[in-house]
Amino acid sequence: MIKSVLLVGVVRVLRNIGHQVTRGIWRLGAGARLFMLTMIYSGESFRRFRMIVREIYFTGVMSLIIILVSGFFVGMVLGLQGYNTLQKYGSSDAIGVLVALSLVRELGPVVTALLFAGRAGTAITAEIGLMKATEQLSAMEMMAVSPIARVIAPRFWAGVIAMPLLAALFSMVGILGGYLVAVPLIGVDEGAFWSQMQANVDWQTDIVNGVIKSVVFGVACTMIALFEGYDAPPTAEGVSHATTRTVVTSSLAVLGLDFILTSFMINV
Amino acid sequence: MTSNIVEIDNLSFGYKGRMLHQGINMAFPRGKVIAIMGGSGSGKTTLLRLIGGQIKPSKGQVRVDGKVVHHQDRTGIYQLRRKMGMLFQHGALFTDLSVFENVAFPIREHTNLPESMIHDVVLMKLNAVGLRGAHKLMPTELSGGMARRVALARAIALDPAILMYDEPFAGLDPISMSVICDLIRTLNDALGATSIVVTHDVEETFSFADYVYFVANGVVAAEGTPDDLRNSDLPFVHQFVYGEKDGPVPFHYAAGDYAQDLLGFEG
Amino acid sequence: MERTTIDLWVGIFVALGLAALLSLAMKVGNLTTSNIGETYAVSAHFENIGGLKPRAPVKSAGVVVGRVSDISFDPATYEAVVNLSIDKRYQFPKDTFASIFTAGLLGEQYVGLEAGGDETSLANGDQITQTQDAVVLEKMISQFLYNKAAEPSAEANKDANAGSASTDSGADALGSSPLDNVGN
Repeated sequence: MIKSVLLVGVVRVLRNIGHQVTRGIWRLGAGARLFMLTMIYSGESFRRFRMIVREIYFTGVMSLIIILVSGFFVGMVLGLQGYNTLQKYGSSDAIGVLVALSLVRELGPVVTALLFAGRAGTAITAEIGLMKATEQLSAMEMMAVSPIARVIAPRFWAGVIAMPLLAALFSMVGILGGYLVAVPLIGVDEGAFWSQMQANVDWQTDIVNGVIKSVVFGVACTMIALFEGYDAPPTAEGVSHATTRTVVTSSLAVLGLDFILTSFMINV
Repeated sequence: MTSNIVEIDNLSFGYKGRMLHQGINMAFPRGKVIAIMGGSGSGKTTLLRLIGGQIKPSKGQVRVDGKVVHHQDRTGIYQLRRKMGMLFQHGALFTDLSVFENVAFPIREHTNLPESMIHDVVLMKLNAVGLRGAHKLMPTELSGGMARRVALARAIALDPAILMYDEPFAGLDPISMSVICDLIRTLNDALGATSIVVTHDVEETFSFADYVYFVANGVVAAEGTPDDLRNSDLPFVHQFVYGEKDGPVPFHYAAGDYAQDLLGFEG
Repeated sequence: MERTTIDLWVGIFVALGLAALLSLAMKVGNLTTSNIGETYAVSAHFENIGGLKPRAPVKSAGVVVGRVSDISFDPATYEAVVNLSIDKRYQFPKDTFASIFTAGLLGEQYVGLEAGGDETSLANGDQITQTQDAVVLEKMISQFLYNKAAEPSAEANKDANAGSASTDSGADALGSSPLDNVGN
């Protein structure tokens, strides 16, 4: 008796795992298909750039406040923590390098992408999910207008364009925050702060790579948000689950991709 | 040149193990208002999606203007859809666009008319549904009946040859209902279009339809003019037309023995 | 009306973002110092380059005049070949002396150039023949310890000149290189 109960339990667990795996693969394929379609229909949305501009407003401009404020605080914290550690080794002049490199290489692109997923990504998922639930996407199709060209592609490109700009602003404001903490507050020499930073932050390996990262994150976060909305069951519950999944999946994707990209970049 | 603008030929559709339609034949002559009736879940709305080419039939075919819908490629289907206007169950207005922009949407997408001309066309269409004065409102500010009329104005924006209505009366008050009834008939005659109305409201439908198909159990159970159907001897039609609770369509969903279900419970 | 507001905001956003990118490149990064201006390449062989890395600065009299373009190993001579790209504006004589220095005690390493007196200048593809290796901390320490160990014997025979002479030369070697490096 106990044996059979155990067997049933094991079978159930295995079946669950199998279900999750097949579902994951299915979703990956469906997501890739949506990405391909988005690429195919992108020409149409670029011809009417106004639609992309409109979406940049909703994804980029609307995320501006949270990005700037977070960047500023992250920079100030880096300034404090960095100084605290560096001064033990008598190299508090290197505080500028530490703040700038941390932001430009890692924190700028990554934290921006995480905030973007929470702010703009969820909004995109909810909007598309609701459009689907209220048959707006079907209505568009019946009017011989492709929802992918009209709804998905403009949002995708808006996200891809907005992300590196947001990340650059995040880093810039963060460096400003670090500067304010290090120089006027703590009293690190201003010249040392900037000159050390300039001598050690490289245009190619640090800044360009940071921008590449944020473009990749922009593609990933926006695509995930769009797919979750497009794939959401057309009910209130379905849409709310989809927005949650957007945050979880985007965050994991950003951190995973960050590791992969960094491991490629650090060798160079 | 056939006189039927839409023809459904031996159509079957369904998913593995559950066929929704099993060999449906219908014909929709030009200029007529044809109603497709049936109980909830009988696949009426799916028929509209099959006509619009949003899904493919498992067997048989749908012909629109002589062309088999599911043999068309994407551009072909889009070309056919430009001849169609569809009113969705809850209107499906674009919530981020104003009433005016909603009606202008298909015109902007498919024509290169100058702005002044678009303005005139949109107001004409809104006037036809009696909502010219509401053109500045957003969809969220409209009542259910008004939203559906705006959606109707949007559906007729490009003067389609086929008008499809998916449950146009669902959730409307009696006044809005009769307004929509009226509009279906007058717009059909004014545009010289063919209207396909999917619904289960018997009285309203019988007041304006030229011909009615009853769908049940995946086949056309009965067809004819409203008068034919009122006098029909078929028990199913009788039950549906007069709204009787029990009859050929049972009150109970198919189930095993009642006593067995209650007593045979095992944890 | 709404349309123009959106346009304005997007315009501001994009301009700000691009300005941030540009200032990252100019103010924070070294785009201005590294990629602008034409360069010519010279190579230098070192027996030991310590922790020198590609893109490290090349300085003369403390001014950055170029960068280390790449570093390779020559299997024939077992030496490190360091290629330098130097700004075209700065010409150096053929007998210029190249050394590897460390900025500060634990700072990054760089190549220092000290001009010689030759009439002809280094041209593209030339090799700097006179080089001085990087100071490796472990070597320096072991040398220091060796000298310390030698000291008591020197003190024991204060009159013996031979002993003190060897200590002096050792102290010179120790004293000259790292201190000079720091000063440079």
